[in-house]
Amino acid sequence: MIALIPLFPLLGFVVNASLGRRLPKSVSGGLASLVMLAAFAVSVLIVWQLSNLAPSHRVMEETLYTWIASGDFVLDLTFRVDPLASVMILVITGIGSLIHIYSTAYMHEESDGEYARYFSYLNLFAAFMLVLVLGGNFLVLFIGWEGVGLCSYLLIGFWYEKRSAADAGKKAFVVNRIGDYAFILGTLLIFLRFGTLDFQRIASAVAPLAPESMFGILSLATLLLFIGATGKSAQIPLYVWLPDAMEGPTPVSALIHAATMVTAGVYMIGRNAVLFSHAPETMGVVAVIGAATALMAGTIGLVQNDIKRVLAYSTVSQLGYMFLAMGVGAFGAGIFHLYTHAFFKACLFLGSGAVIHALHGEQDIRNMGGLKAALPITYWTFLIGSLAIAGVPGLAGFFSKDEILFETFAHGHTILWITGVLTSLLTATYMFRLVFLTFHGERRQGAIATDVGAIGHDDGAMSPDDGAISHRPSAASHHDDRGLHGLGAGPHQHGAESHLHDAPPAMASALIVLALGSVLAGYVGVPHALGGSNALAAWLEPSFEARSVTTLAGEQVATPGEPGATAAGEAGAEGDEGLELTLMVVSSLVALLGIGLAAFVWLKRREIADQAARTFRGVYTLLLNKYYVDEIYDAAIVQPIRIVSQEGLWRGVDVHVIDGAVNGTASIVEGGSSLMRRLQTGSVRAYAGSLLIGVVLILGYYLWR
Amino acid sequence: MIPLSYYLVVSAILFAIGTAGVFLRKNLITILLSVEIMLNAVNLTFVAFGRSHGTVDGQIITFFVMTVAAAEAAVGLAIVIGLFRHRESLNPDAFTSLKW
Repeated sequence: MIALIPLFPLLGFVVNASLGRRLPKSVSGGLASLVMLAAFAVSVLIVWQLSNLAPSHRVMEETLYTWIASGDFVLDLTFRVDPLASVMILVITGIGSLIHIYSTAYMHEESDGEYARYFSYLNLFAAFMLVLVLGGNFLVLFIGWEGVGLCSYLLIGFWYEKRSAADAGKKAFVVNRIGDYAFILGTLLIFLRFGTLDFQRIASAVAPLAPESMFGILSLATLLLFIGATGKSAQIPLYVWLPDAMEGPTPVSALIHAATMVTAGVYMIGRNAVLFSHAPETMGVVAVIGAATALMAGTIGLVQNDIKRVLAYSTVSQLGYMFLAMGVGAFGAGIFHLYTHAFFKACLFLGSGAVIHALHGEQDIRNMGGLKAALPITYWTFLIGSLAIAGVPGLAGFFSKDEILFETFAHGHTILWITGVLTSLLTATYMFRLVFLTFHGERRQGAIATDVGAIGHDDGAMSPDDGAISHRPSAASHHDDRGLHGLGAGPHQHGAESHLHDAPPAMASALIVLALGSVLAGYVGVPHALGGSNALAAWLEPSFEARSVTTLAGEQVATPGEPGATAAGEAGAEGDEGLELTLMVVSSLVALLGIGLAAFVWLKRREIADQAARTFRGVYTLLLNKYYVDEIYDAAIVQPIRIVSQEGLWRGVDVHVIDGAVNGTASIVEGGSSLMRRLQTGSVRAYAGSLLIGVVLILGYYLWR
Repeated sequence: MIPLSYYLVVSAILFAIGTAGVFLRKNLITILLSVEIMLNAVNLTFVAFGRSHGTVDGQIITFFVMTVAAAEAAVGLAIVIGLFRHRESLNPDAFTSLKW
C-alpha cells in the first residue's frame, strides 16, 4: 500500500517517457497530473490510517524485499510512514499535484514530445522524492536523494539548447555531488559506529548515550551528513547552484527548488533528530550556518532584479530559517516552517510564472509594474503569498516563523535570534519591493534595454556600469521560459503591446488553492500562547524520539537540545507564554515595518532607492554581484582545479608519467632489441663458434666443479 | 698394452684439429673434411673405450656413426655444390642470408 505512493508517479514516468512522443498533450499532461492525484489520494488514506493509531505507535512499515544480504549486514528496501514522513508525503503529492496541473497550461507551447518529456521528468522527480521521504534507512533515502538530484539536473537544463540553462544544470549537479560525497562518508561512519543503517535502530542505539561533549565520531558523522544537506538544501557554502537553477521552467522552480527537493536536507536532519541532538557541536554549526545563510540570502534578494532570482534567494533564506530551527533543536518548528513555506513559496513561484507567462518571457522587474489591473488573480494570490512569507499575523508564515524565532530565543541563542529578526525584516522588504515593482505603479515595458537575442551565459561576472541601476546579471535569462518556443526573433515585441491575459484556468486554480493554503496552513500549528494546541508539533513529536526504547524516555527528555523542548509551552510555563507573545509582537512589528519601508521606498519615493544605491555604491555593487561568491569560488576552487588538472595532471602526469611509461616500455624493448640484433650475424661459423664456447663452458663447469 | 689415455689424447688432438679447421678454413669443402676429422676423433674414443671395457658397443656405435657420416657427407657435398652454383663462391662468410 505504501509502495503505491511512489509507484504511481513512476508509472506516469514510464508511460510518458516511452510513449510520450505519440501522445497528445492532453493525454500526457493529464496522465501525469492524474498519477499525482492518485498518489495524493493514497497518501491521504495512509495518513488517515496513521492518525487512527495511538500516538506512540504511529508507524507503518512495508518491506518490499531484502535488497542486500551480506553476512551480518542485511538491508531491506523498506518504506516507512511515521508522522514526519506523513507531513512530507502530503506536501509532495498535494503541492506536486497542483504544480502538475499548473504546468499543463504553462508548458502548453512546447511541442508534444517536449511536453511529454517535461512531465516524465516531473513524475520521475515526484517518485524519487517520495522514495526519499519514505525510505526507512539511509540507503533507500540515498536512492531518492540522488534521484531527485538527477531530476533537478534534467529539469534545470530542460531547455538544454540554451547554453545558460545547460550550464546551470551542470552547476547544480556538480555542487550537489560535493555534498553527496560528504553524505556518503557520513553514512559510512554511521554504519561503522552502529552497524546498521536503519533510522529507528540508529535512533534507539543513540538514545541511551550521553550527548557528545567533545567533537567525536557522532559529531563528525552528523557534520558530514549536514554538509550533504547544505548541498541539497542550498546552504552556505554550497548554495550557489540554487539561484542559477532558475533557468529551468518556473513550475519546476516551484516544485523542486522551493517546495520539495531543497527541503530534503531539513527533512534528513529531522529524520535523524535523535542522532543530531546527541552531537551538540554539529547542532551549533547547523544553527549558525542556517542563520548566516538566511541573512546573507536576504540581503542579496534585496537588490536582485530578476523576479525569479529574488524568489530563489528568498528560498535560500527561508531554508536558512529551517536549519536554524533544526540547529537549536526545534525540529518540529523547522518541519512546520518547511510545510508552510511549501505553500506560500510554491504560490509565489507559480504567481511569478503567471506574470512571466503573461509578459511572454519578461523576467526583469524593472520592466514590469502596473500589472495589478491586468492580472487580478495573479496579483491577489501573489500578495497573499507575500504577506504569508513576510510573517504578517494570521497567515501561515507567521506561525511557523514565530515558532522558530521563539525557540531560538528560548534556547538562549540571542545573536541568532537577532539575525533571524533582521532576516525577517529583510524578507518583508524584498518581498514587497517585488510586489510593488511588479504590480503597482506604472507599466515600464522596455525600461531597461535587454539583450534578448543573445543566448549565452553571462553570470554575475560582469561588472555593473556607471548608473545606479546596472545591467542585470544573466541577461540571457529573459526569455527563459519562452526561449525555445519558436516565438520568433523577438518574444518581447510579440506580446508586450498586446493585451495582457491573466492566468488560464489550470494555472489560476492552482494559484488560488495555494493562496488558500498560504492563509490556512498555519492553523495546524497555532501555538499555545495564542490559545491553540500546536497540533502539528504534537503530531510530529514521536518522529523525533527513539521509538523502541520507551524505558529510557525519561532520560531522553532530560538531554539538552532534545526535541521534547518543542512542546515547551505544553509545560504551561507562564513566563514562556508571555515571552512568546512578546516575541510575536516584535516580529509582527518587524514584518509590518519591512512592508511599510518597502511601500515608502518603492511606492512613494522611488528615487530614494536609486539614491541609496548611489550613496552606498560599494555595498550595492557587492550585493548585486551576490558577494562575488561565484567569482570567489571560481578563483579559489574552479580555476585551481582546472589549472592543476590541465597543467599538472594532464600535461604533467598523463603526458609524461602515464604515456611516458607506455612509450618507455616500447622504447626499452626497441633499444634492447637493437642491441640483441647485433648477435645475429648470419655467419654460420659465428653460430658454431658460440655453440662451441657454450659447450666448452658447460663441460668446463662440470669438470672443474 | 697401450693405455686408454693415449687414445684419448690422440682423439682430443684430432678433435681440436677438426675444430680449428671448421673455424679457420675458408673453403666449404675443407670445412666438411674438418667435420669428418672431428667425427672420426669421436669414433676413435668410442673404439678405445670399447676395447678398454672389453665390449663391442663402441665398435657398433662407430659403424653407425660412419654410416651416418657417409650420408651426411653426400648431403653436405650436394648442398655445397648447390651453393656454389648459386653464388659462385665457397667462402662460408659469403653466405649470411640468415641475418635479418
